[in-house]
Amino acid sequence: MTEMTYRQALHDTLRSELQRDENVMLMGEEIGIFDGSYKITAGLLKEFGERRVRDTPIEELGFTGAAIGAAMLGLRPVVEIMTINFSLLALDQIVNHAAKIHGMFGGQMSVPMVIRTPGGGGQQLGASHSQNIELYYAFVPGLKVVAPSTPAEAKALLMASIRDDDPVLFLENLALYNTKGEVPDGLEPAVIGKAKVTREGKDLTLIGYSRMALVAQQVADRLAESEGLDIEVIDLRSLRPLDRDTVVESVKKTNAAVVLEDDWLTYGIGAEIAATISDGAFDYLDAPVRRVAMAEVPMPYAKPLETAALPSVDDVINAVHETLDAVGRRR
Amino acid sequence: MAAPAKTTRSASTRTAGKAGSRSPRRPKIDDAERARLTAYYKQMLLIRRFEERAQRAYTEALIGGYCHLNLGEEAAVAGLLGELNPGDYLFTNYREHGYALARGIDPRKVMAELYGRVDGVSKGWGGSMHMFDVTHRMLGGYGIVGGQLPIATGAALALQYQSRPDIVMCTMGDGTVATGAFHESLNLAGLWDLPIVYVIINNGLGMGTDVAHSSAEPDLYKRGAAYRIESARVNGLDPEEAAAGAKRAVEVARGGRPYLLEVMTERLRGHSVVDPAKYRSPEDVAALKLNDPVQTFAAKLKDAGVLDDDAVAEFDREAIAIVDDAAAFAADSPTPETSTLFDYTYATPVPNDSRRYPGEALFPALPVAAGAAGRNA
Repeated sequence: MTEMTYRQALHDTLRSELQRDENVMLMGEEIGIFDGSYKITAGLLKEFGERRVRDTPIEELGFTGAAIGAAMLGLRPVVEIMTINFSLLALDQIVNHAAKIHGMFGGQMSVPMVIRTPGGGGQQLGASHSQNIELYYAFVPGLKVVAPSTPAEAKALLMASIRDDDPVLFLENLALYNTKGEVPDGLEPAVIGKAKVTREGKDLTLIGYSRMALVAQQVADRLAESEGLDIEVIDLRSLRPLDRDTVVESVKKTNAAVVLEDDWLTYGIGAEIAATISDGAFDYLDAPVRRVAMAEVPMPYAKPLETAALPSVDDVINAVHETLDAVGRRR
Repeated sequence: MAAPAKTTRSASTRTAGKAGSRSPRRPKIDDAERARLTAYYKQMLLIRRFEERAQRAYTEALIGGYCHLNLGEEAAVAGLLGELNPGDYLFTNYREHGYALARGIDPRKVMAELYGRVDGVSKGWGGSMHMFDVTHRMLGGYGIVGGQLPIATGAALALQYQSRPDIVMCTMGDGTVATGAFHESLNLAGLWDLPIVYVIINNGLGMGTDVAHSSAEPDLYKRGAAYRIESARVNGLDPEEAAAGAKRAVEVARGGRPYLLEVMTERLRGHSVVDPAKYRSPEDVAALKLNDPVQTFAAKLKDAGVLDDDAVAEFDREAIAIVDDAAAFAADSPTPETSTLFDYTYATPVPNDSRRYPGEALFPALPVAAGAAGRNA
């Protein structure tokens, strides 16, 4: 066991994958000479050279597409897109090409590439730099979308993503880079497409991913201490494929669910989870499925407004209380 | 706005067929040269007859979707692809049936793809716009304008990374130069010394919009200068001229630099099979007849004593026989089983992958047991 930050776990995994496989190479803006906008790739250019760690011009469409072509010819490119907001500039290459090439040509070639990119708000970066639009990619068959919440998950899922033969969008989060956690020695790659019950309970299920999986943990811990509630927490880990069974089995046990998401509510990831619960656990629900999501506004810059727009621990606690009240289980 | 000047179609590059240039004395043509010229002609003729057959099959509803033909582009296809080695990689846009044929893919498999059958080159998953064959290193067939450019550029990056001797050729239409993908790709290739030949097939029209209305620099090859990429414009109505341009381009790419080649062609018909091209002027349409590359190249070869009428007729019979056989093969090939619908979403098995047909429940609801009081009882 080693305690390290989420950032360190990502860095160490990239480094060990570069050492492990000559075909792994990194591409992105400012990942080399600048050491990475968020320093995930610090020192890697110096260690591996320009061939393996390639600074790109500011052209997300161009270098993301280039990673697709390189992957088709046998490389395993890991692209860094500085934030998920900028991935919109590469949308055509990701959605129309990376996701389609295996199927559209009858399975003749695969596209083993990874797009690492952080989402997240709360940094006072304003409307165009604070979005959580992983949904756009999770919507698309042919892509895999994973969203680790802890340093250990970051390592296990990044190893799995780089070694996967399909294109993977690897969602990071600005607010998680400095969070710490234990990373077991000799950790194996994760299995992509499986959720994890990170806390067992019987009173209600909290479902989240990325930063919101941690918020769910905090809420569960707090309510256990303050109110003796026994809350189950699910970290989705993978948004596509989506592990519906784990969600449904949990709700069958707890009979109530609150879904946490950092994206916008309408049409969001939570809507899909709520629909899944409706499909799979309709007869087991004792209250409507509740969703806690970002306010549906372009993210403001001013701190009080930004804070008000983002889902907080208190927001979640409130939703849990109201759901349990509807069940009639509290007090 | 001033009327766009018709400066894009310089006469020198457009008059291959108006052979007033008939030389008074025929130069001696040796057997190798004769074979080379004949091969160009047979290749062009095959593409011509294949595309005519595709057009017919489309109108007979044997082919669905969009169907863009290489009619008018035959000389460019034959000339360009003749300069590639088997180890090189080809990326094209969606007007690519002829490229698939010239790359050596069995016409049966190309036609079967158009018909959406299992023996199609992409197993019926791609259709007209998405011909792909790993063994012949034709890596698509892309339906999004400019989509293939970044990918082809990345393929060239992989070749450089792996220190391989092969190069990439990436073709596109004239309309593509207005996309961001064009700029971003050429910028990368220029920066990173990638072994790639970008080919602009300039047939003068992006659907119905002519070059003068879509490119602020209508001499498209000049855009290479912005990336310090060597570039040239050649006549694509004559396979030898197209080949000469491609030869230089390929040489530069093998030397480790990108190249931009603009190839002037004609689009003899509409944008796709269903387009009557009513936006073209009667003068343009009349000029097309003079610029038909198959006709003009046949005339040139007859003039040079390479072919006679009998040979032309014989080659035509051969091409038609190949195309008839391809169409018969395609018609006999089975359509894909619907049970294969989920076979190619991912390259590797995925836990919790959705393999659900429309209307299938995520979690089947259990019917209320007989005799029990159901909601609607």
